Amino acid sequence: MSVEFLVASAIGVLTAAGIYLILRLRTFPVILGTSFLSYAVNVFLFTTGRLAVGAPPILDKYAENPVYTDPLPQALVLTAIVISFGMTAVVLMIALSAYLSGGHDKIDMQDETESEERA
Amino acid sequence: MSHWIITPILLPTLMGAFIVMSVRHQVALQRVFSLVGLSLLLINAIGLFVYALGDDIWVYELGAWPAPFGIVLVLDQLSATMVLLTSFLAMAVMLYAIGSDWDKKGKHFHALYQFQLMGVLGAFLTGDAFNMFVFFEILLIASYGLMTYGGGARRLQAGTQYVVYNLLGSTLFLFALGTLYTVTGTLNMADMAVRVAEIAPENAALLRVAVVMLLMVYAVKAAILPLQFWLPESYAAAPAPVGALFAIMTKVGVYAIIRMYTLAFPQDAPALIGTYDVWLMPVIVGSLVIGMVGILGANSLSRLAAFAAMGSVGTLLIAVASFTVESTGAAIYYMVHSTLAAAALFLVVDMVQSRRPQWQDAIREDRPMPQNGLVSACFFAVAIAMAGLPPLSGFLGKLLILKATAGAWWLWAAILISSVIAIMGFARAGSLVFWKGNGLPESDEPAFEHPKQPLAFVGFGVLMAGIVALTVLAGPMHSFATETAEQIYDRDSYIAAVFEVKEYATVDSHGAEPAGDHGEAATDSHGATEGGH
Repeated sequence: MSVEFLVASAIGVLTAAGIYLILRLRTFPVILGTSFLSYAVNVFLFTTGRLAVGAPPILDKYAENPVYTDPLPQALVLTAIVISFGMTAVVLMIALSAYLSGGHDKIDMQDETESEERA
Repeated sequence: MSHWIITPILLPTLMGAFIVMSVRHQVALQRVFSLVGLSLLLINAIGLFVYALGDDIWVYELGAWPAPFGIVLVLDQLSATMVLLTSFLAMAVMLYAIGSDWDKKGKHFHALYQFQLMGVLGAFLTGDAFNMFVFFEILLIASYGLMTYGGGARRLQAGTQYVVYNLLGSTLFLFALGTLYTVTGTLNMADMAVRVAEIAPENAALLRVAVVMLLMVYAVKAAILPLQFWLPESYAAAPAPVGALFAIMTKVGVYAIIRMYTLAFPQDAPALIGTYDVWLMPVIVGSLVIGMVGILGANSLSRLAAFAAMGSVGTLLIAVASFTVESTGAAIYYMVHSTLAAAALFLVVDMVQSRRPQWQDAIREDRPMPQNGLVSACFFAVAIAMAGLPPLSGFLGKLLILKATAGAWWLWAAILISSVIAIMGFARAGSLVFWKGNGLPESDEPAFEHPKQPLAFVGFGVLMAGIVALTVLAGPMHSFATETAEQIYDRDSYIAAVFEVKEYATVDSHGAEPAGDHGEAATDSHGATEGGH
């Protein structure tokens, strides 16, 4: 029970923190929130092949009682980590240039002021 | 064994990499390579389409790993149609982007464009759910670059929202796929279809959660209520040729819904009854209404185009979510029309935007712009197509959808009333922007000069020619769409095609070896078992 509890609560806490942060007004906490969510989903993907402690991700045909862990989620999580890493870098760059050119780092659009400027 | 099914993915990849590595400083060369790449892609797509007409399903095993262990690419009539549509759209929009000099306003337009195509075409061709996620990410990361192309505070802010929204969508996608893998133990779509049909009752609840999460991911892409908030601002702020190319992006979501929710998660599967069939149609009608009312309420033409794109996806999804052969056939016909029309509308918006230095695309009167007559004729034609008035294919598409949903009075009411609202919206915008200006007093300022840009009009004309062809050839196109729908609902032959054992021609000396190895291994394991005893 202990491993399952630890992993499940870790996913839960990371997701909760991520969702709280993405609801913030400014871009920096929002990006932190998306990072937290991607950590949560990476840990979650690990558990999708069921949890096995101390087992290799290959089948040993000579073993008495073959115990193995599913290798596929590990491949999936590797893909997901690389992608979320790249995505975080991209969103940081876009948010930074939005801050530099717009002069503020609020995540919502300032619609009214802009249409007034036009007029 | 031919490899032409994977070239639509490889060609843009290599072309994009080549453009960014070798010719990144010469726009003229970039244009040449981009057009050559797109022409080859179009020829390739036509070839695949002709193959798919023969009702064969072409399954390509990457690395010769058999399904469900390896990743497969699958070409059936639906994916061949989407690949052809994407290549055609990409060609027309690229002509416009070159003709209007959009590709000179920043860096790497052509490379990003090619990578975008790689992601879109990959998502249409893959037969593996996780691979679809990867292609979604590729098309998204290229779209982030295209969305903020050219810079500017408004575009970058809208881009930040767009990226964050889609990052959340991707996270949800991974949660959904992880849960599906836990429940079914596979990521291959055909294998998933088999496993879902015989799911254990104790896993059914988990499956339903995963199915709904996955539907939400596709709903974000297709901009279905209540996940549509990203679309109007992003599309309105994006450069117009990019907005036109993005017309295919919402269709990626629609394609994924058709593919996954007819093949793997049909609404009449024992474990899935009542999971999404109850609430899907009402939210689609909601997004249709929001899109069409948005056309009337928009204060600028770019927002009008964004809401029109959303409304047409809503109309399309009404046909998709009915899940019958007739309605899916209507959906495929309307999908082709709606992609071309939405793209053409974005191009017209850009024509107006660049010809009115003061008001740009705001919906209010201004002095007549250069080439006022020609641009307004373009707007008139595309408004007719988009609103679904005769004689263009939008009318026929809506008629087919109405015929397929006969009996559901509230769907008829939603489609017909929202069409009237859209017609009013287009009429209001067109008369304010193009007509009212003629009555304004002459001003002393010199008239605004704008290049004629014939190639840009050619790009627009190609899209309209596609719509006209779809109208003239409505009979054959509709029977093809119905045939496609029949193939989609013939799930068993899709599954059989994926699992069919394929023979690979090998060189003799090597061909003998794997068999020998295999035999040895079998003897070995047999020996080991005996030893164990």
